Parts: sequence; structure tokens; C-alpha cells
Amino acid sequence: VEQIVGKYNYWIYIILMMIGFYAMIGKRNLVKKLIGMNIFQTSIILFFISTGSKKGATIPIVTNGHGTMHQAIEAIHYVNPLPHVLMLTAIVVMVSTFGVALALLLMIYRRYQTLEEDKILSLRKK
Amino acid sequence: VLPFPILIIVAPLISAFLIVLAGSFKRSLCYPIMLAALAVSAFSSLAILQEVIHHGPVRYYLGNWNPPWGIEYVIDHLNGFVAVVVSIIGLLIGISSKKMVEQALPMRLPYFYCLFLLQVTGLLGIVVTGDVFNLYVFLEIASLAGYALIAIGEEGAPFASFNYMIYGTLGACFYLLGVGYLYIVTGSLNMADLSRLLPSLYSSKVVLMAFAFFLVGIAIKMALFPLHVWLPDAYTYAPSSVSALVAPLTTKVGAYVLIRVMYTVFKPVFSTELIPASTILSWVAFFAILFGCILALGQRDLKRMLAYVLIAEVGYIALGVGLGNRNGLTGAILHIMNDALMMASLFLIVGAITYKGWSRQFHKFNGLHRKMPVTTAVFVISALSVIGIPPACGFFSKWYLVLGAIDAKQWLFAAVLLVSSLLNAIIFFRAIERVYFEPVAEGHDILLTEEKAGFTWDEAPLSILIPMVLLAAGILSVGLLSGTIISGVIQFAVPANF
Repeated sequence: VEQIVGKYNYWIYIILMMIGFYAMIGKRNLVKKLIGMNIFQTSIILFFISTGSKKGATIPIVTNGHGTMHQAIEAIHYVNPLPHVLMLTAIVVMVSTFGVALALLLMIYRRYQTLEEDKILSLRKK
Repeated sequence: VLPFPILIIVAPLISAFLIVLAGSFKRSLCYPIMLAALAVSAFSSLAILQEVIHHGPVRYYLGNWNPPWGIEYVIDHLNGFVAVVVSIIGLLIGISSKKMVEQALPMRLPYFYCLFLLQVTGLLGIVVTGDVFNLYVFLEIASLAGYALIAIGEEGAPFASFNYMIYGTLGACFYLLGVGYLYIVTGSLNMADLSRLLPSLYSSKVVLMAFAFFLVGIAIKMALFPLHVWLPDAYTYAPSSVSALVAPLTTKVGAYVLIRVMYTVFKPVFSTELIPASTILSWVAFFAILFGCILALGQRDLKRMLAYVLIAEVGYIALGVGLGNRNGLTGAILHIMNDALMMASLFLIVGAITYKGWSRQFHKFNGLHRKMPVTTAVFVISALSVIGIPPACGFFSKWYLVLGAIDAKQWLFAAVLLVSSLLNAIIFFRAIERVYFEPVAEGHDILLTEEKAGFTWDEAPLSILIPMVLLAAGILSVGLLSGTIISGVIQFAVPANF
């Protein structure tokens, strides 16, 4: 039980990821696939942010650095900022992927007048 | 000394945006800017390879932040070699793209060249970086440019590109998860640092998961057999100059990442002995080779047939990596270069043939050799190389792969390499026979009148012919020089304890 409750953020990440994965692979509508892709990517953001956070820790800014008394910095008191920074980059990547995907969907819709995969496939067979 | 490692990336990256600006003033500026940028990359990567051969690995710290905190570019024998291959093939395909792009999309030249350069930037970035997260970013730059480039192709292209995007994003996300898992246990993103920190953690489940995520992610990106489904459609419907760029390079760069992760980030001990990853990989590759060849046999469209041949070729490289001995890996690394040359030249030939208004269905190729003798000659050279006939380069990498399979005492793998050579011979001679030996079909009025008058040359323009002939010369000379290349570069790229 402690494994589940204590690490609930990781369980949520896995559940979200599976939902997204199912939508990407199982759904036949292209927009649903795209939404699945977004959920999948968001779950990865959640995962990375979880790895950086700590209970009761503060933001990683040294309050009285520079000149005033030098104190040892204990990493345990600070939230790890690096996963957050990585995710900023990943969000940029995801947004641009989403943009390109929407543009592709527009192209597809203009050509076939539908976004159902089965209909597109049958239209293309003709 | 000029900062060559960063020039490789910066030259095409800056020019990509410069082209859009310049293109809005004067359209004719786009092509020269692109060539200049690609030439700078090619020259810098050659300069670095020279440096690596004489003085050992080159490191470049971005923004002067020391690793493991900052991002560094590390170029050793392995990626120096791959960078040269990527940048030179990028340059050659860049040269050839002029007429094909002007014919296919005259209105969008600046945007096309912008994406083209971004694609090359992404691929080169993947190759030179020494940081696993930076690699992810470049992977996505290359993929995004690739999706857009493929989508501007013919009728089925946007749909194929969307499918490619779904698979590609899955691959990239798995890779990113792998990065995350490694970061949890080591707190580092630097490849050299990771390879120092990981050995004490090899028994950890998290590390095992990370490795699995990496492998699956990369396998999707390099289109290894069960995860190849996006490839045939995407590369068939892409515009000719695009498939000539992405088909040879994307899969090869993926193969490079595979070698990097399996044998640098993780030590060979882990990948080959602690877990049976390399055995699984070589069995997957075994089926990839068979499957690719057999499906290629069933195709009537030359470009789609090449796409399936490409899947088999990816199988060769994965097999060499999976064999996990010196000869096998030498063959795999050599095959990265050889296959890039062969596929670039073959896809370029398809581009030249379609540029001249021929159909890609090769049962309509009758009489092609009298119209386009140079193109068909290059086609024969590349085809012989894929089959593996000695003076061409394809023979030598296959030779090393077979030696590797024999060293590993895996007779089945040696057999599949030979069988696939036979299948390739059948695949390509079907097309060659059409081109050279079939009489021109009766009933085509135009052809009949021309036959009476004797065929006139109707070759592709020089901007396509020159890169094509250079690639063919490359295939032959790389074959003849393969001993030098192996003793000068590749033997240092293979991990020392193999």
C-alpha cells in the first residue's frame, strides 16, 4: 500500500502514459491520436518534475550568498531545478510537434474531407 | 584554431533562417546560401576527422561550461566518421536538389531549403553531441524537419507523414524516458560521465529500464524491423530530393546512436554479457533482413522497393552491432558509410528518373538505358554494391559482417547474410533486366517513331548527374580504400576490449 500511496505521482504518470499510448495506437481518428500523443508527452513532463521535487524543500536560490557569511549549501533543502529546465526544453519540442501535427491534419483534411483513418485508407485505395 | 565542432552545427542552423530572410528579397540567393552552409559543415567535419586521427578525440565545451554540468561536443573516431558521411552526403544531395525542387515546388523554395538545412543540422547535432539530453533535442529537430519535408510530397504524403510523426514521437518519448531514468540514478546527462558512473549500478532495475527504453526508442527512429511500419509509406511519398536526403541519413544516424548507447554510455560488458540485449538485437536484425528482402521482392514501385531494401540494410547494421565482436562491429560501422552512399545514390536515381517524367513502376522502364545511359550505369553500380559484388563497397562491409557472424559461431546469421545477397540480386536484376534487355514495348506511338529515328539522349540535368556520378565514384573508391578506412579510423571506433 505504501508503494502505491507514497509514490502516487509516479502511478499517475504511468496511468496517463498508458492512456496516451492507447489513444495513439488504438484510436482510428487522427485527432484522437494527436490528443493521445499530447497526453503521453505530458505524462513524461509529470515524471520529470516528480523526480526533481522534494517534500518541504524550497526553491533553489541561495539567499545570503555573495559576500555575507559563506554557508554550505545542502542539496536536500532545495528542489532540484534541472529536471524543470529539461522540461522547459521538452515543452518547446512538444509544442512544435503539436503545431506540425495540426498543420499535417489540415493538409489531410483538405485533401480527403475527413480525419477518420479508415475512410482515408478506403479513399486512397480507389 | 577555428572552433570546428560548433561550426558543423552553427553554419547550417544560422543559414536555415538566413535563407528565409534572403529568399523573401531574392529567390535565387537560397540555393547558393544552402550550398555554402553545407560546404562549411562538410569542410569542418573533414577538418575535425583529420584532427581526431592525428591527435585523438576533440572536445568542445559550449559556453565554456565544463562537463558534466555544461553541454559538450565530443568527437572521436566513431562520430567523426559518421559526421563526415552525413555532411558530405548532405552536400551532394543539396547540390542535386536544385532542379528537382524547382520542378516540384517553385513557390516555396526558401522554406524548403530552410527545412532541408534544419534536417541536416539535426542529424549532425545528434552525431557530434556528447550529452544525452542534447541528443534528444537534436533528434526532435531532425524529426520535425523530416515530418514537414515528407509532407510536401505527392498524394499520400501528409497521411504517411502523420503516421511517421506518431511513431517518431513515441520513439523520441521513449528515448526521453530513458534519459530521465538514467538521470534519477546518476544525476548526470553527460555521456562520458554516465559511462563512468553507471558500472556500479548495472544491477539496478532502473538502469535496466532506461536501457530498454533507449533501445526501443532508437529502434523506432532507425526503423528496425517490427517498428519499421512508418518507413515505406513516408519514404515512398516524400519528394525525390527529400527521400534522397532522409532515407540514407536518418536510419544511419539512428544506427550510430544505437552503437553509442550500447557501447559508450553503457559498457560492452553490460550490453553483451550482463543482459542478453545484443543477442536479442541480432535476432531482431535477422528477421529484419529476411523481412525487408522478401517484401522488397513483392514491390513493383522502384522507390517503395528501395524503402524495403533500406529496412533490410538497417537489419545488417543492427546485426553487426548485436554480434558484439570486433569484426561484426567493424562491419556495422563500415556499413553505415557504405549504405548511406548506396541509398543516397539509388534514391537520387529514382529522383532523376521521375524528374524526366518516367513512371516509378519498373515494368515501364523498357528502353531507359538508351535515354538515360549515365543514370542507368550508376544504377547498376549501386545495385551491384547492395548485392555485394567485390569492387563496390557493399561487399566489404558484408564481408566483415559475415566474418563477425563466424567469429560469434552464429552460422544462421552468416547464412542469412548470404541469402539476403541472393535475394538482393533477384530484386535488383528484375529492374536491371527491364532497363537493359527488354525490347521497347510495342503500341507506344511516341516510342515507335523515336525508335526509327534512333534514341536521343534525354539525361537528367547536370546538377543531378554530377552528385550521382560522384556517389558512384564514392561507392567504388570507398570499396577499394576500405582497408585504409578500417585501419585508419574504424578500428579505433570499436571499443578496445572487443
